[in-house]
Amino acid sequence: MTDENKKIDLNRRKFLLTATSITGAIGVSAAGIPFVSSMLPSEKAKAAGAPVAVDIAGIKPGEIKTSEWRGQPVWILNRSDEMIKKLDNNKELADPDLKVVSQQPKYCQNKTRSIKSNLLVVVGICTHLGCAPSPKLLPKGDMGTEWEGGFFCPCHGSKFDLAGRVFKGSPAPTNLVVPPHKYINEQTVLIGEDPEGVA
Amino acid sequence: MEKKSNTSSTGMLGWIDERFPLSSFIKNHLTGYYAPKNFNFWYLFGALALFVFVIQILTGIFLTMHYKPSAAEAFASVEYIMRDVSFGWLIRYMHSTGSSLFFVVIYLHMFKGLMYGSYRKPRELLWLFGVFIFLLLMAEAFFGYLLPWGQMSYWGAQVIVNLFTSVPFIGPDLAEWVRGDYLVSDATLNRFFAFHVIALPLALAGLIFGHLIALHEVGSNNPDGIEIKDMKDKKTGIPLDGIPFHPYYTIKDLVGLSVFLIVFVSIIFFAPEMGGYFLEANNFVPANPLVTPDHIAPVWYFTPFYSILRAVPPLFNSQFPGVAAMGLSVLIFFFVPWLDKSKVNSIRYKGPLYKKWLSTFVISFIVLGYLGTVPSNVWGQFYIAIPIIGGSDVATIVARIFTATYFLFFILMPIYSRKDITKPVPKRVRM
Amino acid sequence: MKNIIISIAIIILSSFSFASESVKLQKAPIDLDDTISLQRGARNFVNYCLNCHSASYMRYNRLTDIGLTEELIKDNLLFTSDKVGDPMAISMKYSDAKKWFGAAPPNLSVTARSRGADWIYSYLRSFYRDPSRNMGWNNTVYKNSAMPHILWELQGEQHINHETNNFKLVIPGKLSPKEYDQFIGDITNYMVFMSEPGQQKRRQMGYYVLAFLFLLLVLTINLKKEYWKNIK
Repeated sequence: MTDENKKIDLNRRKFLLTATSITGAIGVSAAGIPFVSSMLPSEKAKAAGAPVAVDIAGIKPGEIKTSEWRGQPVWILNRSDEMIKKLDNNKELADPDLKVVSQQPKYCQNKTRSIKSNLLVVVGICTHLGCAPSPKLLPKGDMGTEWEGGFFCPCHGSKFDLAGRVFKGSPAPTNLVVPPHKYINEQTVLIGEDPEGVA
Repeated sequence: MEKKSNTSSTGMLGWIDERFPLSSFIKNHLTGYYAPKNFNFWYLFGALALFVFVIQILTGIFLTMHYKPSAAEAFASVEYIMRDVSFGWLIRYMHSTGSSLFFVVIYLHMFKGLMYGSYRKPRELLWLFGVFIFLLLMAEAFFGYLLPWGQMSYWGAQVIVNLFTSVPFIGPDLAEWVRGDYLVSDATLNRFFAFHVIALPLALAGLIFGHLIALHEVGSNNPDGIEIKDMKDKKTGIPLDGIPFHPYYTIKDLVGLSVFLIVFVSIIFFAPEMGGYFLEANNFVPANPLVTPDHIAPVWYFTPFYSILRAVPPLFNSQFPGVAAMGLSVLIFFFVPWLDKSKVNSIRYKGPLYKKWLSTFVISFIVLGYLGTVPSNVWGQFYIAIPIIGGSDVATIVARIFTATYFLFFILMPIYSRKDITKPVPKRVRM
Repeated sequence: MKNIIISIAIIILSSFSFASESVKLQKAPIDLDDTISLQRGARNFVNYCLNCHSASYMRYNRLTDIGLTEELIKDNLLFTSDKVGDPMAISMKYSDAKKWFGAAPPNLSVTARSRGADWIYSYLRSFYRDPSRNMGWNNTVYKNSAMPHILWELQGEQHINHETNNFKLVIPGKLSPKEYDQFIGDITNYMVFMSEPGQQKRRQMGYYVLAFLFLLLVLTINLKKEYWKNIK
């Protein structure tokens, strides 16, 4: 069966085997790219998740408007002066200094967690397990005498203040998410896009 | 730590081997499976068929993630895959090209079997598994072709399902049962989807497994049609003309695979429609139950059988003879192991009669295949009606003649294979 | 008497439809590398075709593939309410369209793949005046097409000689015949692009994949030779 006239060149064999294996492995991984990337959001999903312009002219101080961006509720709360003042009084916050930076863009890394001090734009989804909290904007009421106004998640009782900051003792680990947004003009906010000059 | 050169039960592999027969599996089916050393070009297509099967399953899974099996959304969801899904076009073209190349590979694989007598004792069951795979593959392709929900998808399915109505007595009820409606509709699409993505692939995987088990039980045939097991080394018990499947044939198949991939990729990237043969122009028009396209032709791999269907004239106003002939043209492959009465296996030692008949069969298959893609008046008409054979289309007459020779290849096989003058068979294989 | 006239008309009409099948198509000037032509075609398509036909599998932002920026698309091609990621849909309802035209104008996203570029190009050049038709127009490529000649102001009015099937431009349009051909050519070119926006990229990618596979082939051939040199 084997012919001794032709010697097996083990080095050549090894080299060719390695080269073919490496090339083959590169080929297989390259062929995997289309399959993996086909599971990313499609153009349709991207188009549906495109920035949303919301008219904010009609929101009076103390009122809230719910809009939708990427299938999620986004609240736009026009805080009254009184509400803004109260933000400073809130003790017992889990992350008052906004150390978890992923929860808001840089330009909202401030006391009111907003671009304009009165207008809070925040995703209305609890950071605990994704339930929808309810706005409880007025003090006291069914939330008890200690309540200064904020958001309450009925699923597991997480509480947030009027800047979407979570109170200590809530199951939710982090503050509510402030989405990227910018003001096109006085009456319109564009949710989903950073202001110019901010990457 | 010193490593032992033999693989017996150390380390990770040893741990596995005590619990699962991994080493012995590799030995039995790869390194210790001795295949004849004289395999030629034709012996590549079995491995390629397995490869294409895997490609179809893989791309199919990813297409299913985006496809919508409903009459209202199917067509749009295919275009969604082509445009909006990242690399969706590539996965779709791989699947559509893969289905056509699957048949190319399978037809060549079957032709090899006919040439070298791979169906003969003791490989009858191996052959039967193969014919079953072919049969299910046709069903798989047929069901899958409805899914894009274009005009050709729709009317192709309509015509084929309507064939069932010609079955005596139960026909119309049968067709309604297959469709789940009075015409091909959303319900039909939904059930075809179920068959295409789960039922048939599962059955195919099982049959392919059986095909391989049967192959490794009896051992591979070869171009000389000699049993290599008859000539063994007295000491080792290894066939003198056998070489381990791995590394020899795994590496040889890699060469074939590379060539195949070059063909595959050229079609996908440069001619995914393949001139309208792989993706038909009319299938870019959404299905419309009220408008039939001028010319309905099945995809190329069904056309030989479709031609037979058209060629056989109706009897007592019933289309059933044509339908029966078409069914028989596929089912007749089952009987080949018992039709061949020759003394030898391979075409190398068979006489001129078999060669002539096999060539006739191949020519019939190709001509019928071509005629199935074109309208029956493609070659014009005779000026006078031909008596007895009937019909005035030239192409119809030609199709009838070749339908006859297609069947005669099988029917006359017991006679000509017995009469044929065979050559003496050597004891050892020739390279 | 009336019946006879009708039946004669039917015979004449049906003989036409046989003739129309053998109409020779003109070669469309397709060049997908000509982005200027594609951009002109896109603009013309949006302005003229997209009023009645939708192309809803195509998204506006895909036009960035032919060199348009999202700003340009927004400013020139979109209605104010549309977003740049929206599909090229129309507001006309399917049922209304069917009532008005007798047949709903088809979605044109993939028409270049079903009909072919030459057909579209020839079709748009082959409208002629036919007072017997509802809309006053007929077409030699697609007999009794339900579509009126919406580009007649540009092309002018063609009359047909039924014996030779040749056209005669009776009333000239805003464009010269040469300009009109280019106009139609641009639209056709664009429709070919739109039928598979990724096709240029696909071919490009194909060369890389092929180059890689040829490398693999060289390696496997040598590997096979090395292993098989002792098998006789």
